[in-house]
Amino acid sequence: MSDLDGLRADRVSRSADGTLILDGVSLAPRPGTVTGLLGPNGSGKSTLLRLLAGVLAPASGTVTLDGRPLERVGRRAVARRVAVVEQQADTQVALTVLDVVRLGRVPHRRAWAPASAGDEEAVRSALARTGLADKAARPWQTLSGGERQRVQIARALAQQPRELLLDEPTNHLDIQHQLALLDLITELRLTSVVALHDLNLAAMYCDRLLVLRRGRVVAGGTPEEVLTEELIAEVYGVRAAVTRAAPGDRPHIRFLGTLPADRTAPEGALP
Amino acid sequence: MSDVPTAAVPSAAVPVALRRALLWAAGLALLCGSVAVAITIGPADIAVGDVWATVAAHLGWGRGRLSPIRDGIVWNLRLPRTLLAAVCGAGLAVCGAVMQSLLRNPLADPFVLGVSSGASTGAVVVVVLGAGGGAVSVSGGAFVGAVVSFALVLLLSHSLGGTTDRVVLAGVAAMQLFSAVTSFVVMTAADAETTRGVLFWLLGSLGGADWTDVGLCLAVLAAALPVCLVYARALDAFAFGQDAAAALGVRVARTRLVLLCVTALLTAVLVGSAGAIGFVGLVLPHAARALTGPGHTRLLPATALAGAVFLVWVDTLARTLLDPQEVPVGVMTSLIGVPAFVLILYRGRDTR
Repeated sequence: MSDLDGLRADRVSRSADGTLILDGVSLAPRPGTVTGLLGPNGSGKSTLLRLLAGVLAPASGTVTLDGRPLERVGRRAVARRVAVVEQQADTQVALTVLDVVRLGRVPHRRAWAPASAGDEEAVRSALARTGLADKAARPWQTLSGGERQRVQIARALAQQPRELLLDEPTNHLDIQHQLALLDLITELRLTSVVALHDLNLAAMYCDRLLVLRRGRVVAGGTPEEVLTEELIAEVYGVRAAVTRAAPGDRPHIRFLGTLPADRTAPEGALP
Repeated sequence: MSDVPTAAVPSAAVPVALRRALLWAAGLALLCGSVAVAITIGPADIAVGDVWATVAAHLGWGRGRLSPIRDGIVWNLRLPRTLLAAVCGAGLAVCGAVMQSLLRNPLADPFVLGVSSGASTGAVVVVVLGAGGGAVSVSGGAFVGAVVSFALVLLLSHSLGGTTDRVVLAGVAAMQLFSAVTSFVVMTAADAETTRGVLFWLLGSLGGADWTDVGLCLAVLAAALPVCLVYARALDAFAFGQDAAAALGVRVARTRLVLLCVTALLTAVLVGSAGAIGFVGLVLPHAARALTGPGHTRLLPATALAGAVFLVWVDTLARTLLDPQEVPVGVMTSLIGVPAFVLILYRGRDTR
């Protein structure tokens, strides 16, 4: 396995309306691991995911798939490798669960060809792996938030990706569904990059973390290395106590309150 | 969870394909039957057998039994009019289906890009002001107006940011602008007789149909429909928005530009020949969706068939209901279509 394998962002930047949203961010998730993207609102997490998916093009820097720039790989070929689950996908179209999951085969199918046995098998297996096999006929509009996210993950699996990008997939879910969803994602054994708000969920489920602030990387590493009281104070402007149940366990974060505005780090205070 | 019920994911077995082929054959037979019956109905009292014999004779099969005048009524009036109704119905319905999916707006129709009001302005300028000095026909003026309006909408929506809601807003703005221009021209420059003619055209009329119209519209429809079908899967992928479509490998900008241009061109040609026949493009896609489900590979042909059959019958009603007076076909489409639309919405209310 060479260093160029998989999906990598190399010093990517992107601006909108004159302000930099991402400023020279690099990310090389290890194959088969879950990488968490952390950072306050507006820190550039979603934009980084959109660049990784090839939906947006970087203003500078490159995103590569197995060493080839995404724009050279081609949209359909990228979609056969990299699947995206959005924060809160919704539609007005009267689709069933099966219809939505079948959308995952769009990048695999030619314009006039009917669905192949391979297409149907991919859809069947995606439904089975997400525990939706008995819900295939349910209309999208009748699903709960947790079920909808599960269906979107099934759709992503039907794409048969090796990389899975998720933008705050646990938003709007109750705690049981949050845990169930992240259990599912970690069990998939794909290379996943997931933007998260909840630091404890990030600590529990992610192999590595990347912390963004105002479009720049301020920390990266394992949850133990990254999630310190100092970093949480600097990045989020809140006081927190980081504890471990036992040495070597994942860190647990307890929030104690916000910091006064002047304690919040000015821009560029962190490396 | 390996014991997935096979019924949940039907395999592409032969019986399914066969059943679909039979359904399509039935649909086409329904359309041909509708045309065959519609041309036997009309104010001139011509026997059913004579009508069909005349058509067969023109197709080089047997000999007609009618006088030249009656032969002309069948071959040069009724048949082209009925065929134009079928082509317009099919084209407008397909344009509506494509627009609704592309712009993610269930209220979108072929006229959402201001094409119909642009066409009206073009036609009115030719009729009332005599622009083009007689060299430009009403259809030609309508076509030019439609293209100008569409170009304006594209330009406006692009400069406003190019998202789908901007396209819809730019279309609404263009529609209002051109409607105002049309009204202004009619109010200030037209006499009562011209106004009446223009009004009839604005509401849609298949009365002036001839073989040239049929040929032109059919040719454009035959070119546009395969293009839309090539993009059928891309349209499926638009269900969850542009970003989701892009993440599924769809080239969003190209898909949108191609489909907007193709549907605008088709609409412009249809409106140029038959006026702005409303309602078909808005409602028939919803009706067809209730029959075939949301997949565009099946939805688009089904919408075309449904639109064709619908407009053939509505036009037949429009020209016979108040015989010898003719009701504008656009008025009839709404009078018949609205109750049907309400019924569809009412039956579908539980899924929301």
